[in-house]
Amino acid sequence: MTGAGGGAGAVPAVRPDAAAASSCGFGAFVARARAAGTLVVQPRMGMADPLRMRDGLRATRDAKAVTVGTVTLDSYTRTGDLEAARRALAEGVGLNGYPIATHPADTTRAVLRGVADARFPVQVRHGSAMPEHIVRALLAVGLDATEGGPVSYCLPYSRTPLREAVAAWQRSCELLASTREYGAEPHLETFGGCLMGQLCPPSLLIAVSVLEALFFRQHGLTSVSLSYAQQADPRQDEEALTVLGRLAGELLPDVDHHVVLYAYMGVFPRSPGGARLLLEDAARLAVRAGAARLIVKTTAEAHRIPTVGENVRALETAAAAAAGEGSRPAPTAVRGPHAVRGPHAVAGPHAADRLDRLDLLDGLEALDVADTGIEAEARALIGAVLELDADVGRALVRAFAAGYLDVPYCLHPDNAGRARTSLASDGRLLWSSVGSMPIAGLADDGPRPPILGSAGLISALSHVQRTYDDRAADPSAVAPSAAAAAASGGVPGTPRTSVPPPTTSTPRRELGLTT
Amino acid sequence: MEQHAVEQHGKAEPTGLDVVVTTMASDSHTWNLVFLQLLLEELGHRVTNLGACVPDELLVAECRRIEPDLIVLSSVNGHGFNDGLRVIEALRARPELVRTPTVIGGKLGISGSGTPARHRALMAAGFDGVFEEGGSVLDFQSFVGSLPAGSVARALPAGSGVLL
Repeated sequence: MTGAGGGAGAVPAVRPDAAAASSCGFGAFVARARAAGTLVVQPRMGMADPLRMRDGLRATRDAKAVTVGTVTLDSYTRTGDLEAARRALAEGVGLNGYPIATHPADTTRAVLRGVADARFPVQVRHGSAMPEHIVRALLAVGLDATEGGPVSYCLPYSRTPLREAVAAWQRSCELLASTREYGAEPHLETFGGCLMGQLCPPSLLIAVSVLEALFFRQHGLTSVSLSYAQQADPRQDEEALTVLGRLAGELLPDVDHHVVLYAYMGVFPRSPGGARLLLEDAARLAVRAGAARLIVKTTAEAHRIPTVGENVRALETAAAAAAGEGSRPAPTAVRGPHAVRGPHAVAGPHAADRLDRLDLLDGLEALDVADTGIEAEARALIGAVLELDADVGRALVRAFAAGYLDVPYCLHPDNAGRARTSLASDGRLLWSSVGSMPIAGLADDGPRPPILGSAGLISALSHVQRTYDDRAADPSAVAPSAAAAAASGGVPGTPRTSVPPPTTSTPRRELGLTT
Repeated sequence: MEQHAVEQHGKAEPTGLDVVVTTMASDSHTWNLVFLQLLLEELGHRVTNLGACVPDELLVAECRRIEPDLIVLSSVNGHGFNDGLRVIEALRARPELVRTPTVIGGKLGISGSGTPARHRALMAAGFDGVFEEGGSVLDFQSFVGSLPAGSVARALPAGSGVLL
């Protein structure tokens, strides 16, 4: 998404006006922001106490950014242990999120009243392989946007058999979609672009994200978003996001959809400076590669659950970085192996240098993204799965049984467990073993050395943390970032601050159906 | 439900320990478990990795079946302290597990690194070691190294109590 027509300065970033819009709902809000050239930013946020949850939502809404709200649920609720959630509330045990199925519906309605509306949609984020109780609870309080997926919330994060998760997610989709007959436009976001959080090569993230979106559509959703999590190399991520957007456009032409980027989901930098640099890179990546929404992370991420204030600062930091990037000239596109230079040359560690790319920009009207084979792999995976069964859910179950999909390092019994990853020194994620996935030889020239041993694993898991903490500790190391701002017309070191005015708190209406 | 181990654990070696690595019912994080499995296997121990979201009953049942030399509970979702207190009570209620060395670690609360009071509460509840985030892997390794191998000697060596 760019500041279409005349740069960001000519397009004031404003919260879309529900009164002027033809449709409501989470997807429509993001679509309006996107049309206005503005990246929507969103926190992860969930507090057990209703008053604190309400304060968090209000602070999110009032941040100097175009935001949507989040109610993140606690771990007891996500695993369906509502008795543990009830007991924790009664005993004052700290919960790591908002127990939406335990607080009375009236309590949650009061949390949302005058805060959540068409000008400030709120999404429920959870992590449940069996989410029906969560979908019922969110619908009961007037919300209709959530996220997850039959694969992405089963394999990496539960021990539920995949077949059961698929059935539960099918029922949940149908429940959510049933609100459409009352005029709501429920929205469901895939979590498939985030498998294991880190060290999963992009093609599998894209494939699962697309397949989950197809699953959602098959079960009645007409507004979806497709996630992708920032990994360790911005060029690879740019290619991946561009591929994801293209495949979504091809395979979901008949539903409202957008791409959502998650700021890095792995081990986060410890230093505030490193965390901020990583978040800013995520925001710029989102803008360059056409994502419409960004889920932020905070400077506290490596240490604890962030405060509301830390979340607000993260939202504003991301919005400012996105606005700066939005003033750059042109969107990117995957052009194929001829792009800029040969794919392997561009993919090399030296070409990954940001300055190198900017030099190339001088003589080019548009920046092309190299094709390193992510698209071919993603298409092969999606195609192989869809051929297994006309029903996407059954196809997914069969695909994992056959090892056509295989999440690296995932311990779930329904995962083949043969795929392994390699992390190149420049941060690119590659396959060292593809197991039975039908992608052998599609991307590059042979298998890469695997990550070995506990020391190798820790080193790979902390690659991003280390890199960004080092950059923060060494000011000269951030020069490419400042140069990027200069090359894009901004002032080095001072990202554009054309942020939208704070939203008014005028309540419009409760979203969706109350049942 | 038996989960995939990262790598197959080999045949029993007389010197190594049988270790159960697990998280607790509410916690879905597994990178910590994968790391611990690799680390322990490199030290010559045999690991059964129970994976994500392990219900109390399954954890107890697997530990009764395996009769391990060490149980390692790891959690990072912020509920580890609360869940850990419940789990250690369930483990210690079984005669065959009443003295099995059992440790807990990770991010055990929602508000940052641990407090001495939290460590004391966990130790008082029956844990033999507490390795909160920020603690050294070396401390954990040194604890593991202090344990006697084999299923005969389950008593802990003297002075191996609180870590960190």
